[in-house]
Amino acid sequence: MEGTICMPSRYGRPIIMSRQMHARRLEGIDKNIWVEFTQLAADYQAVNLGQGFPDFAPPKFLQEAFCKAVSGGGLMHQYTRAFGHPSLVTILAQLFGRLVGHEIQPLEDVLVTIGAYQALFCTFQALVDEGDEVIIIEPFFDCYQPMVKMAGGKQVYMPLRPRGGSNLSSGDWVLCAEELASKFTAKTKAIVINTPNNPTGKVYKTEELQVIADLCIKHDVVCISDEVYEWLTYDGAKHVKIASLAGMWERTVTIGSAGKTFSATGLKVGWAIGPSRLIKHLKTVHQNSIYHCPTAAQVAVAEGFQTEYDRLGHPESYFQQLPTLFTHKRNKLAACLEIAGLRPTLPEGGYFMIADISSVSFDSDDSISQDEPLDYRFVKWLIKKKGLAAIPVSAFYSPEHGKEVQNYVRFCFTKEDSTLNAAEDIMKKWASEK
Amino acid sequence: MLQGIMSTHTNAKRIEGLDHNIWVALTGLAADPSVVNLGQGFPDLPPPSYITAALAKAVSVDRMNQYTRSFGHPALVNALSQVYGKVCERPIDPLKEVLVTVGGYGSLFCTMQALVEEGDEVIIIEPYFDCYIPMVKMAGATPVLISLKLVIDGCGLTSADWVLDPEELASKFTSRTKAIIINTPNNPTGKIFTRDELQMISDLCIKHDALCFSDEVYEWLTYKGHQHIKIATLPGMWERTITIGSAGKTFSVTGWKLGWSIGPEHLVKHLQTVMQNTIYTCSTPLQEAVAQGLVRDYERLGQPDCYFSSLAAELEDKRDRMAAILREAGMNPILPEGGYFIIVDVTPLNVDLSHMPDEAYDLKFVKWMIKEKKLAAIPVTAFCGEASRSRFEKYIRLCFIKRDETLDAAEDIIRNWKN
Repeated sequence: MEGTICMPSRYGRPIIMSRQMHARRLEGIDKNIWVEFTQLAADYQAVNLGQGFPDFAPPKFLQEAFCKAVSGGGLMHQYTRAFGHPSLVTILAQLFGRLVGHEIQPLEDVLVTIGAYQALFCTFQALVDEGDEVIIIEPFFDCYQPMVKMAGGKQVYMPLRPRGGSNLSSGDWVLCAEELASKFTAKTKAIVINTPNNPTGKVYKTEELQVIADLCIKHDVVCISDEVYEWLTYDGAKHVKIASLAGMWERTVTIGSAGKTFSATGLKVGWAIGPSRLIKHLKTVHQNSIYHCPTAAQVAVAEGFQTEYDRLGHPESYFQQLPTLFTHKRNKLAACLEIAGLRPTLPEGGYFMIADISSVSFDSDDSISQDEPLDYRFVKWLIKKKGLAAIPVSAFYSPEHGKEVQNYVRFCFTKEDSTLNAAEDIMKKWASEK
Repeated sequence: MLQGIMSTHTNAKRIEGLDHNIWVALTGLAADPSVVNLGQGFPDLPPPSYITAALAKAVSVDRMNQYTRSFGHPALVNALSQVYGKVCERPIDPLKEVLVTVGGYGSLFCTMQALVEEGDEVIIIEPYFDCYIPMVKMAGATPVLISLKLVIDGCGLTSADWVLDPEELASKFTSRTKAIIINTPNNPTGKIFTRDELQMISDLCIKHDALCFSDEVYEWLTYKGHQHIKIATLPGMWERTITIGSAGKTFSVTGWKLGWSIGPEHLVKHLQTVMQNTIYTCSTPLQEAVAQGLVRDYERLGQPDCYFSSLAAELEDKRDRMAAILREAGMNPILPEGGYFIIVDVTPLNVDLSHMPDEAYDLKFVKWMIKEKKLAAIPVTAFCGEASRSRFEKYIRLCFIKRDETLDAAEDIIRNWKN
């Protein structure tokens, strides 16, 4: 980033700004892979299996709830309670209290945020100080790293690895307990886990969470649990909340997302739930940064959750129907990737699957830099030459480890059938050309 | 099973001492439905129907329910570029010189986090919108305060009588001054900074190579005889100014929480970096609806049926009515040139609060008034530092962007005060 700026001025003399204007907290966090890859996908009008959002409609009951809220008149369009609209925090406390097995106080233990993204930001800003270590399990949702950095924290990476060389299922990607234990030091403030996991689709089992929990308790560490895909588990895999394990409620901040829950990522309503002792600090960050979240969207989400709460576990529940729908889409995409010679890792949960591209040959031309990692080169080739967009998985690794893991690419399968059919056509055509 | 040891998780230093917030306490008190609430600044009037209709329409479009562009929905940044390009008389690049944020509040936060850090000083003019101080502190910098001072004492006061002392202002600029924050029209006084006043500030910014963060959320609410001037349009200022606006205040939809920062690319890009590492995107349907509202009013800019003008005309009547009510009760309100607040010296009411625990007089007065008179306002010392308490503690702030029924109820209370 530049220091001295000499600006041409329409008033004659040049304007000289001789000092560095931006704050140092921005150093090294200005780059963002999404900007590059979404632009590329748009430029080539690629079938977009890259960024994670559904291209189909949210459920009718949610759209109706939102419309109803918007037409609600009165104070529906004015400020609501800063830490979360009363009806929303109430239903969140009720629903998640039941799931965690711990009574949740709506006003004390819940903070509503602008998507799970802001909940993550509030958590890091509230709890991470200069020099604090934060363990991040890789591959990770890319924002954790710059957020920890912006909070002055030191990132300590812990990789998931395919066990015994097998990577047929996301369940095969595991943590080595000894290696994980070695990452905890006296400076460790927090560990970030994401289950179901982006990008692998791994759904952590109780035993795996217990290993993490034991270490958190032993070292008095906070657990930040990103559970945005919590309703999306397949083949009978069960989502387990680490906050429900003994000794964990008091040290866990659990993050959720209405966007992912109701297939409406543009809603940008999320939340952080945990003991008031921790949540009160997130509230301080929130009241000094954003202060209020939009009212009508919160009202809509509250109503959506009330509807689902009343039919939890029943076949008409969206939380039952959506994973069933997505299982088919997941299987369809996995099959068509295999046709083209990619080797997908079947995800147990979430929006994404990763696929091994080692067996695939492609001819990247001069427009794609040979210095870039293999997965970056493959994705760019796939967008430009085949018109299909995906995301390179090394983008979800630390700079150090990304170099070692260049052979995976991430695809989002929560798309309309027509989108998946188009992807299938591309793969079949490619396969026939070989 | 391991027994949990008592957790010792402390908060990060950056938020130390920033947990207290006057609004949380006061909105709690005013939440009683029997209280006539002229406290917190939000309309109890409905927003214009075309804007809520635009939102209902956007929500029913499938694609509008998914992520949009991080730095601002294309339709919205294009509309902002159009509106402000015309107002500022310069082309504004929608992709590089505009950032959409979560309210004017979110713009202030992105600006501070992007451009302010430890070692910096930020000049803040009292009375100020209260969030400026904690935001500057959270960014690690030092707030430097300067008060507006009442030039004339007596009747017939307006917000124009609150001015800065030029020498005093100049003395506040040091080699560590990173920025000055201005808010025009001003909350709580309603002052609209004149061209000369803005020129004085500009000269100092240029001389000291400082930035200007201009909070202009009430920009459309100016009353007859007064004009809102954008400091970014003064010579040498575009390059060093971030101008902040608010959909909530513009369209009477405070619960939508959409705002924007406009400025030169070399500054806005840093705000965009903060955005991509904090919120990432704002709500899509809300942005689409605001875009449509702006397009509709852009076509009518300067005409009486433009909402920006019609709202100001409606509010001017309410302002005058509020001022009359206060004068009839023996008080001397400071007539605001803009915005939707009015401040008034309550000394003539002669309310003895010595029985209450020691706090600023206006804070005690407001708490007493909410409880005894069922009328809520905001103490003006909420908008100033401790050192200036004695200057401001006789004033309370009343919000007048309220329905006639609300103002009727307030009038009843004030008229029957002595009872």
